[in-house]
Amino acid sequence: MNPLAPFCQTLEEGSFVRLVCDISPRLLQGTATTFQLTVLAIALGLVGGLLLALGRVYGKKPIYWLSTAYVQFVRGTPVLVQLFLIYYGLPAFEIRLDPLTAAIIGLGLNSAAYQAEYFRGAIQSIGRGQMLAARAVGLTNVQAIGYVILPQALRMVIPPWSNELIYTLKYSSVAFIIGTPELMATGQIIASSLRGPGAFRHFEVFLIVAFIYLVCVLVISKLLDLLEQRVKIPGLEMQRA
Amino acid sequence: MSSKIVVRVEDLHKRYGNEEVLKGVSFILRQGEALAIIGPSGTGKSTLLRCINRLTEPDSGRIWLEDTEITGAKTDMNKIRQQIGFVFQDFNLFAHLTALDNVRLGLMKVKKLSKGEASERAMTELKRVGLAEKAKAYPAQLSGGQQQRVSIARALAMDPKLMLFDEPTSALDPELIGEVLQVMKALAGEGMTMVVVTHEMGFARSVCDEVIFMEQGVIVEQGPPEHIFLQPRQPRTQQFLGKIGELYGGTGS
Repeated sequence: MNPLAPFCQTLEEGSFVRLVCDISPRLLQGTATTFQLTVLAIALGLVGGLLLALGRVYGKKPIYWLSTAYVQFVRGTPVLVQLFLIYYGLPAFEIRLDPLTAAIIGLGLNSAAYQAEYFRGAIQSIGRGQMLAARAVGLTNVQAIGYVILPQALRMVIPPWSNELIYTLKYSSVAFIIGTPELMATGQIIASSLRGPGAFRHFEVFLIVAFIYLVCVLVISKLLDLLEQRVKIPGLEMQRA
Repeated sequence: MSSKIVVRVEDLHKRYGNEEVLKGVSFILRQGEALAIIGPSGTGKSTLLRCINRLTEPDSGRIWLEDTEITGAKTDMNKIRQQIGFVFQDFNLFAHLTALDNVRLGLMKVKKLSKGEASERAMTELKRVGLAEKAKAYPAQLSGGQQQRVSIARALAMDPKLMLFDEPTSALDPELIGEVLQVMKALAGEGMTMVVVTHEMGFARSVCDEVIFMEQGVIVEQGPPEHIFLQPRQPRTQQFLGKIGELYGGTGS
């Protein structure tokens, strides 16, 4: 199943390059799953986080209370417990999810709470005068939020939000515990299945896994830096978090 | 020559906690009149102004814009506010939008003009305040005086029946005050109905038709500028203007 197999055979058996050549195609498959998991979870968290933040800043009593309670609950409990609740707990209510879906939902709902706090901070950092000026022109509350407050808040939130994206990418590795075939799980399976002269090479396998995570993180950081530069408001020095 | 009444304010009260900032303020303003509100800081002038377009909710009292009472619970304030231009002390231009987009936003989203129509109208207003060439600049790239002129253009673009100025030059460097006052003076000359909360006594005296001296939530004295500045009747008004006179070497300079 390794398309590189004929080439790998030519490398010295037991060497590090041989190991890399042998296992990297499978690790890259795991990386693809990690990406899928991260992107969908962060997207779910983005939508959820925005709604929660708006609820916490502008919501009337019940909405404010509910969104605050959600954020407190999620931030106050371990992500692993949340994953287990969803994957092992929901079947009690006849909801059975495959490991990847459970992980996407679990990490997404978790990220929503953290993103909500970043969004809330950014929204609240926009001067009150912006809202007053928008209302004075005749914009409705919703229009003012949509056309004046959020476009500024979303720009400001990019640096802290980058951290959240990077955390989510790295925390996605806990999904291996419920059997999601992502990068970490793939590394674990490979490390424990190596036989013969190539066996017991956990250190090297996880070093490669770590390296792949590192490359992903660096690429994401760079992309978000570029995004931040691109949407920067001319003449205004954006504060870095 | 009693022209149409544009604003009528009746017995306005506003309280913040234990402090009553407005203790029953009433006045009327006719079309084409420019009214200056002067007085020491913290005496409710800005609160009064914000109550007129209900950016601040008055506790009691009634306000009419032309024939419409706007203090009723059912009033659609979004409809009313677009008819009342408001200029803030600290400009409050939308920081993420160019000067052109600042003026255009209300035209497109509130008045529902097409982008083309809105751009044309916005450019007309920017020209009017002398900033057509800054249309593409962002607020942070403009001086305070330029920002304030853009904010005046933003308000004018909505074709307001009334303009409210809340200490429009108080946040400006002294050498930038003139350009803003000039725009306001031209507006008054064109017959715009306006209320100006200001510490610029020279402006109040030479441009405005009526002056209100306010202190501690009440109107102490009201009249044409020549009365207020030259023959104030109330001792408090005399005292206030005297202090300002000492500071600037003669009232109204």
